[in-house]
Amino acid sequence: MTTTSVKGFAGVDVPNDDVITNCMHCGLCLPTCPTYVLTGLERSSPRGRIRLIKSVASGDLPMSELFVEEMNFCLDCQACETACPAGVRYGSLVEAARAQAFAQERESRATRLLKRFFLGTVFSSHRRLKGLATLLKVYQRSGMAWFLRRTGILAAISPKLARLDPLTPQISDSFSSDVLPEVLSPYGERRYRVGFLTGCIMDVAFGNVNMDTIEVLRRHGCEVIVPQSQSCCGSLAAHYGDMTSARRMAAGAVDLFKRDGLDWIVMNSAGCGAFFKEYGHLFADDPERASAAELVAARTKDLTEFLASTGFRPRHARPSGNKRPPRVTYHDACHLAHTQKVVQEPRRLVQSVPGYEYVELPEASWCCGSAGIYNIVEHEAAMQILERKVDNIASIAPDVLVTGNPGCMVQIRHGLERRGLNVRLLHTATFLREACDP
Amino acid sequence: MFTPSALKKLQTILGPADVLTSQEDRISYSYDGTPMLSRLPEAVLRPRTADQIAAIVQLANEEEFAIVPRGSGSGLSGGSVPVENCVVMLTNHWTRILEIDERNLTAWVEPGVITAQFHSAVEGRGLFYPPDPGSAAVCTLGGNVAENAGGLRGLKYGVTKNYVLGLEVVLPTGEIMTVGGKSVKDVAGYNLRDVLVGSEGTLGIFTKILLRLIPKPESSSTMLVMYDRLTDAAETVSSIIAARISPAALEFLDNTTIRCVEEFAHLGLPTNIEALLLIEVDGRGSVVEEDASMIEKICRDHGAREVRRARDDGEAARLRSARKIAFSALARVKPTTILEDVTVPRSEVALMLDRIQEISRKYGLMWGNFGHAGDGNLHPTCLTDERDHAEVHKAEKAFDEVFSAAVKLGGTITGEHGTGLAKRAFLDRLTDPPALQMMRSLKDVMDPRRVLNPGKIFELKPRCEGPMPRRREQIEKFLAQGAFT
Ligand SMILES: Cc1cc2nc3c(=O)[nH]c(=O)nc-3n(C[C@H](O)[C@H](O)[C@H](O)COP(=O)(O)OP(=O)(O)OC[C@H]3O[C@@H](n4cnc5c(N)ncnc54)[C@H](O)[C@@H]3O)c2cc1C
Ligand code: SF4
Ligand code: SF4
Repeated sequence: MTTTSVKGFAGVDVPNDDVITNCMHCGLCLPTCPTYVLTGLERSSPRGRIRLIKSVASGDLPMSELFVEEMNFCLDCQACETACPAGVRYGSLVEAARAQAFAQERESRATRLLKRFFLGTVFSSHRRLKGLATLLKVYQRSGMAWFLRRTGILAAISPKLARLDPLTPQISDSFSSDVLPEVLSPYGERRYRVGFLTGCIMDVAFGNVNMDTIEVLRRHGCEVIVPQSQSCCGSLAAHYGDMTSARRMAAGAVDLFKRDGLDWIVMNSAGCGAFFKEYGHLFADDPERASAAELVAARTKDLTEFLASTGFRPRHARPSGNKRPPRVTYHDACHLAHTQKVVQEPRRLVQSVPGYEYVELPEASWCCGSAGIYNIVEHEAAMQILERKVDNIASIAPDVLVTGNPGCMVQIRHGLERRGLNVRLLHTATFLREACDP
Repeated sequence: MFTPSALKKLQTILGPADVLTSQEDRISYSYDGTPMLSRLPEAVLRPRTADQIAAIVQLANEEEFAIVPRGSGSGLSGGSVPVENCVVMLTNHWTRILEIDERNLTAWVEPGVITAQFHSAVEGRGLFYPPDPGSAAVCTLGGNVAENAGGLRGLKYGVTKNYVLGLEVVLPTGEIMTVGGKSVKDVAGYNLRDVLVGSEGTLGIFTKILLRLIPKPESSSTMLVMYDRLTDAAETVSSIIAARISPAALEFLDNTTIRCVEEFAHLGLPTNIEALLLIEVDGRGSVVEEDASMIEKICRDHGAREVRRARDDGEAARLRSARKIAFSALARVKPTTILEDVTVPRSEVALMLDRIQEISRKYGLMWGNFGHAGDGNLHPTCLTDERDHAEVHKAEKAFDEVFSAAVKLGGTITGEHGTGLAKRAFLDRLTDPPALQMMRSLKDVMDPRRVLNPGKIFELKPRCEGPMPRRREQIEKFLAQGAFT
């Protein structure tokens, strides 16, 4: 692997000088950046961050605390990439800068501990995640959660934990990876053979979404292959700069999914899909794995991308009675819209379901503030950004809100509950599965 | 000099939260949208009231530091790039639309309002604010007034100056002055308002702006016209204007730009055409139809290969996007994009384009051209890499020739982006000397201590007032007053 040492940076994951130079500091990305809109400070904007990265690279700025803070304050939502006329791949810069900060241990103690806990402990091993999730499930089901929350005991024990509590995903009754066999045959004739990633959060908190995804795929003529003993795809670690863990997990996923005979690998989590598609760039020092990774990346498609390109059609109209048809709207997950540029496909699919009135959500592609573990590490900002999302949802008062990423679902559900809005929040897979139901 | 005591006083005036001094913040305000210009300011200020600004300006006069006003920093001539010994003053605490007066069709705004947000606010009431720079989503109304910004609708609707009715400004000496007002006509005394419009932050800091609005046009029609020969496109432009039609937009793309657009966006444009015109007419329904048909005929008479006319809003937006993304498409090709802004009389557009092509060929540079053909305002755009110093040097020489050619054809070095730092050397060379002298004198009278954006538009010349100093101590005293700084 090429090991560059730009003045302030060192090692493998260095912000790329060509990408930095590509930014012509025109500022067109500023109004799309949630953190810039929040603070009004140029250093919390994409243009500002790129200039700070450039300054560290050239040695004009040390890798200061404020620098690292700004890199972590970024949601990595990549809305700026969509807005950028010059096609600057901003995400790659901020992720490399974070990797630098992580490797050089330049983050504050609290951030480091939080990241270590979530990335190093919770998400690093799937078994551990499931173990923790089981404990959490007992806690949630036992009424203990309700009791602690209601009585304020939780807040008394730890205010920080109390704030995070509503953001812990509701754990599924059973983990999809425990009940899914390796091969699920299609209903009717086989048209495609697709690989399926159970994911980590998806698996433990949205097992039903995984089931719905598989159901939709099988009805669409897919034989679904679920490689056993999967672990996290590594995207959470990568976005927070822990490239060593990210590479280890990605390598595992590549080895599981490089098998012959898969037409596509279908994703129902925007973050994982985006990272799978980037696998090709991860293994520059390991040519063999790199070519396998490229193959995996090239086969990866988001569920909606796959369905739209293969002519999926919902079978049934849901009876709407004689009342007005329910209103449905769609929220873009950042890593689907901005990173993978999948914008029209999910909308077309949602609109194709009869019996609903589709309403476009204002600022649909504005981040909800979930952003991986952002809502844990940068809690205050995440909540302010969430408020804007909920305001927009409230402004059109939909009956159903559809989206394609587990992180968004946890975050938005919390926002809706806090505001007392009665909106059914569904993953695209679930919405489409219902539309297929007899 | 900007001293610690000056900093303390600023913190007292504004409160510490609105005075940014970290190196990270200074770096983040060291540039605007102009390629290859940057400098660190001493501090960055975010005032909230006109009185605070007035106090800061007075302090700058006493403590001798400079103030560089800054909107969103999207400027393309270095207007908000810091100068030596300066603080940058932001307007982004000033983002309110204070009043939309539907009876007088006017609006009072604060300078930090984003142009596109203002557009949607007035259009929501069936009103219209025509100036629409390509940067409308990010730039501020204050920056637009300071640069007298134009846009796609200049031919029919004019530019920012045609919509500024009044201003509240903090003058370089610290007084707060109001000029203009809601009266449509006003000839009382010199027209100071129009001196301030386009003054690039060198004569005053706008704190409130009164803008003129017009009724929103009822309907519009959009077409894209393709030509095998550049001259045919240029003659079409002249003929449309000669036929007494004023399209809302009359925009042009050359072959390089078309190829980049097609490669980037796949709009189905033929890549072997030499020129493309985007034409839009608006107004009352029946008139729009008539004008559009007449224009279509003129285009065909001038040998247009193809005329695509939009049947609905969706198609109009698609056609318009060919022009809207011209800049993006070019910007992707190479790391550094130098976008220029020469303007010639409309009748000379074809000749000017010929000259530009000759010059770019001579220097072996990659170059795209697009722009507001109806206004004679062209954006020759050089695609290069700022790390390649030899090529950047060549580009500079090429632009030098382009500017001279424009002036020779009766045009100007900048139609809408301003002089700032980037073009002051050319202003010096290409402006009628008495006019330049008048500008300098005006600056000296209004800003005797040179606190507001000094060194922008023209370089500072040493002040020589009174008799020439002869004796050594006289000279030293003269220097101590900062004569040559
Ligand atoms: C992609 C792109 C497209 C563009 N398209 C166009 C176009 O079509 N037409 C066009 O005319 N320009 C265009 N521009 C140039 C630029 O956007 C305009 O010049 C705009 O008016 C600058 O506004 P700003 O808020 O960014 O001001 P800044 O760049 O921050 O400042 C510009 C100048 O205004 C001064 N200033 C700012 N606020 C105040 C104030 N309150 N009081 C006094 N002085 C002040 C500054 O000191 C500076 O001299 C474009 C720029 C980009 C990057
Ligand atoms: S839009 Fe792109 S080129 Fe412009 S400042 Fe942002 S990142 Fe840089
Ligand atoms: S990724 Fe999102 S938060 Fe980060 S700079 Fe870009 S727009 Fe802003």
